[in-house]
Amino acid sequence: MSLPLESVAALRAQLRAGEIRPRDIVAAIRERVEAHNPALNAYVHTDWDAACAEADRADIALPLGGIPVAIKDVIAVRGQPCTCGSGILQGHRSIYDATVIRKLRGAGAIPAGRVNMDEFAMGSSNENSYYGPCRNPWDTSRAPGGSSGGSAAAVAGGLAVVALGSDTGGSIRQPASFCGCVGLKPTYGRVSRFGLVAFASSLDQIGPLAHNVEDAALILGAISGHDPSDCTSVDRPVPDFAASLEGGVKGLKFGVPKEYFIPGMDPAVERAVRGAIDHLAREGAEIIDISLPHTEYAIASYYIIAPAEASSNLARFDGVRYGHRAKDPADVIDCYARTRREGFGSEVKRRILLGTYVLSSGYYDAYYLRAQKVRTLIRRDFDRAFASCDAILTPTAPSPAFRLGEKLDDPISMYLGDVFTIAVNMAGTCGISVPCGFADEGGGRLPIGLQIIGRPFGESTILRAAHHYERTTPWHRERPPI
Amino acid sequence: MGKVEIDVAYVAHLARLELNDGEAEAFQGQLDGVLGHIAALGRLDLEGIEPTAHAAPIHNVFRADEPRESVPESDALANAPLAANGLFITPKIVE
Amino acid sequence: MKTDYEPVIGLEVHCQVRTRSKMFCGCRTGFGESPNALTCPVCLGHPGVLPVPNREAIVRTIQTGLLLGCQIDEYCKFDRKNYFYPDMPKNYQISQYDMPLCRGGGVTLDRFSFPKDAQDSPEASARKRVHLTRIHLEEDVAKSTHFDTTSGIDFNRAGTPLMEIVTEADIASPEEAFAFLTALRLILVQAGVSDADMEKGQLRCDCNVSVRPRGQKAFGTKCEIKNMNSISGVRRALAYEIARQIEVVSAGGRITQETRRWDDDIGQTSTMRSKEEAHDYRYFPDPDLMPIRTTDGLLEEARARLIELPGARADRYTRDLGVTEYDASVLASDPHLARFFEAAASGASNPKGIANFLLNDLLSALASSEKALSECPVQPADLRELVGLIDAGRINSKQAKEVFREMFETGAAPAAIVRAKGLEQVSDTGAIEALARQVIGAHPGPVQDVRDGKASALNFLTGQVMKLSKGKANPKLASEIIARMIKGDPLVR
Repeated sequence: MSLPLESVAALRAQLRAGEIRPRDIVAAIRERVEAHNPALNAYVHTDWDAACAEADRADIALPLGGIPVAIKDVIAVRGQPCTCGSGILQGHRSIYDATVIRKLRGAGAIPAGRVNMDEFAMGSSNENSYYGPCRNPWDTSRAPGGSSGGSAAAVAGGLAVVALGSDTGGSIRQPASFCGCVGLKPTYGRVSRFGLVAFASSLDQIGPLAHNVEDAALILGAISGHDPSDCTSVDRPVPDFAASLEGGVKGLKFGVPKEYFIPGMDPAVERAVRGAIDHLAREGAEIIDISLPHTEYAIASYYIIAPAEASSNLARFDGVRYGHRAKDPADVIDCYARTRREGFGSEVKRRILLGTYVLSSGYYDAYYLRAQKVRTLIRRDFDRAFASCDAILTPTAPSPAFRLGEKLDDPISMYLGDVFTIAVNMAGTCGISVPCGFADEGGGRLPIGLQIIGRPFGESTILRAAHHYERTTPWHRERPPI
Repeated sequence: MGKVEIDVAYVAHLARLELNDGEAEAFQGQLDGVLGHIAALGRLDLEGIEPTAHAAPIHNVFRADEPRESVPESDALANAPLAANGLFITPKIVE
Repeated sequence: MKTDYEPVIGLEVHCQVRTRSKMFCGCRTGFGESPNALTCPVCLGHPGVLPVPNREAIVRTIQTGLLLGCQIDEYCKFDRKNYFYPDMPKNYQISQYDMPLCRGGGVTLDRFSFPKDAQDSPEASARKRVHLTRIHLEEDVAKSTHFDTTSGIDFNRAGTPLMEIVTEADIASPEEAFAFLTALRLILVQAGVSDADMEKGQLRCDCNVSVRPRGQKAFGTKCEIKNMNSISGVRRALAYEIARQIEVVSAGGRITQETRRWDDDIGQTSTMRSKEEAHDYRYFPDPDLMPIRTTDGLLEEARARLIELPGARADRYTRDLGVTEYDASVLASDPHLARFFEAAASGASNPKGIANFLLNDLLSALASSEKALSECPVQPADLRELVGLIDAGRINSKQAKEVFREMFETGAAPAAIVRAKGLEQVSDTGAIEALARQVIGAHPGPVQDVRDGKASALNFLTGQVMKLSKGKANPKLASEIIARMIKGDPLVR
């Protein structure tokens, strides 16, 4: 039996009709994973028996009853490994559930399988993983994007119905763009971070990756809301996202920032995104030119704030209470230094060094404080823009998926690839990436993503716009050749 | 922010991070490059601009002083690389 | 030559704030549990956890600040202090850097906070104020136990709310340090913000000490001394360290800046670690925690809980109630005793007499019956009445003790006891005059002696009146009547 794994709504209809049971969905996913994971390396840990057992207990009357969700290896699920794609957490199993996991279960969903990622969510290619790179289902010689590469590849490759990812500077949206699926980064504070292993605490946010906008809205609805365990979660009502999808784009005003169409950008990306903008105009939306003048400073300030916070957040990985510990240490300092040398990969080390440096004595004002001020300017850019438009349209990434290894020795070029997504995190607002076309590359096709950026807590608007775009274009129905 | 050179050895010591052979040299070049890029921020006039620490301007987020159950000892020590008699064991700490 | 040098001392006091749960998680605070029994993912620093501050700890810290005259800023925040140590679950400590809850303030050193052997020294009467730099709130670290080749870590203590109280380099002697800690401890305990038991590690004190030639403005090189587990230990350690530094400097040597450990058994400090590297704590605002705005209810709540400081209370007892300085300090140092005293003294004409009776008769009765003040059978109002009876001359002090014994045993009111026992003094002038006339008639010799100015003869005659009255006559009144009758009344001739 072939199940409609690309749609939560379709699966739910079959479940409710009694045509299938939740464990059938888990079994179908398992079959796909066993067939294709060797090529994709999207999953790093699975426990199908446990997932089936949980499926048998699922209450299908609940909004996500019986739906398995792939979990990025950075979100804690009690009793399951949580390794953040790192050597330093090999063997570690969480002793508690993240709030999003409690909420997913409360909605009837089943956390099923842990998916690959760049180590501690640091990277844009999923190459910085202890488990080796995850691969793009459209072309396995290419990166799926990162850091939530495993989440995007699993969904796009049909190895998951939906997945959770995390986004600090584009880590949900860029892989969604590379793999041709939907990825949403919620407004900072919309979703609890309790149980998300912190990379950059003031920027991190958990969000869904899905085959379509409706599924993304369903998952977002399930995981959103105030959490007393996370001081940074915001206490405000959660709209019924799935119910607000209809309504079209007539009357919506979209801003197109000139700073997001830059020289050196891939022509196929520019063509596809311009085409999407024209399409929305034809559908009745108003398009205006806007400016986000501090865009060019977003990356520089991000690469101060994110590594600084990371250097402190990752200090706890020291081999004392959990995780890897170096053998036969001479003393405590030797134990720390070797444990961390052996446990962390190069990108993580680079960022710890950078973050430690910018916080070290005498540099705080010149770097961290300065970057926080630039953050204020970036937020003001968005505030000003949203005074004249409802949402902003940009490319998600300046290029389609690049080849594995292509940027590995050039961190700056890798960092610059996040140019269109980082400002959204710095401003703390929300953004979604939806497929908007393809680039022809060497005989194959590579997906391209359209980013729709919303006002803080304006997820309903961008979901509605994305849903209308999806419904009136064919892109999301395309399947990779695996 | 003029030309800056990061003292990799000092910073690595602060971060309790031993580096593999060759890493110090590679990181030196790469991090100097990143800091060169970051130096662009020096062009901005930030006089009078308030720093943004949090995306949402909220304050006084607390919990009431109500005790909750701790985790069982088996959970607390479940992931310990080395434990004995309920304690996490480390190499001897010399003060 | 030792008078050529003077010590300069500053203290860093760490004090656990009394709360039921930890600073950033719901684990109970406690002492003596089995290792790691009071832990959770948050206080173990597990991957993915987040801190949520305990409001009570913040209110109590502000309360302490208000009691000590600190300035409370409108905006405060938590910062991360980054350094690696196995007793730190996250390898950073959530603390406060540039926006602490309390700034400034101070503690006034009263005479009775000084060690007993120093209470008569001039510095004990100087009422010096030791100034504070700041008080901030942070989380305590875990406890390590050291074995032959390994150490063991127990995270039960980790995350307990901890106030750090930092003084200016204001303290000029080990005795002042002793007085500061004694006075501070009393305030913390009375306000209920901390149990402040040094032996349980609830109060810990590190001392920064240097010496300099008297008259010199610049500070000498300082050493930090640690590992004192009592207030008298702090005094001993400082005395040792000051003598050591003076000896080194007098001999032309130099003090090395370092941390030294006090060993109370051998009575010496020794090098623990030298400051080979400056600490680089990389403070930055904790992105997991939101700023604190004290004007949004916190300050108000802390204000509502303010108590009178023991020093101020003792001053009030001396100034307004005429209680002796010593009695006042004893009464003020114990909040229960102070409350009992104030209830008894309320509306009384002789608070000093009440203080005296309370501190002597009542406390010793409690002690010998092994009762706490809260179990005292004598009510404050009854004590007031009893002292009132003495003052009015209705019973004498010997009778008062008898009445008190009865009060303590039965809880009955003093007037009722006096009545039941027929103890009331006869203060009826007519009745006493009748007896006096009888006595004067029977003892012409002593009467003549009184006329000749012999005081002992008057006592004898008074004694005779008392005897005739079976002890009930008011002796003072009887004596006055006899004297008046002999000297003034011609009929008696």
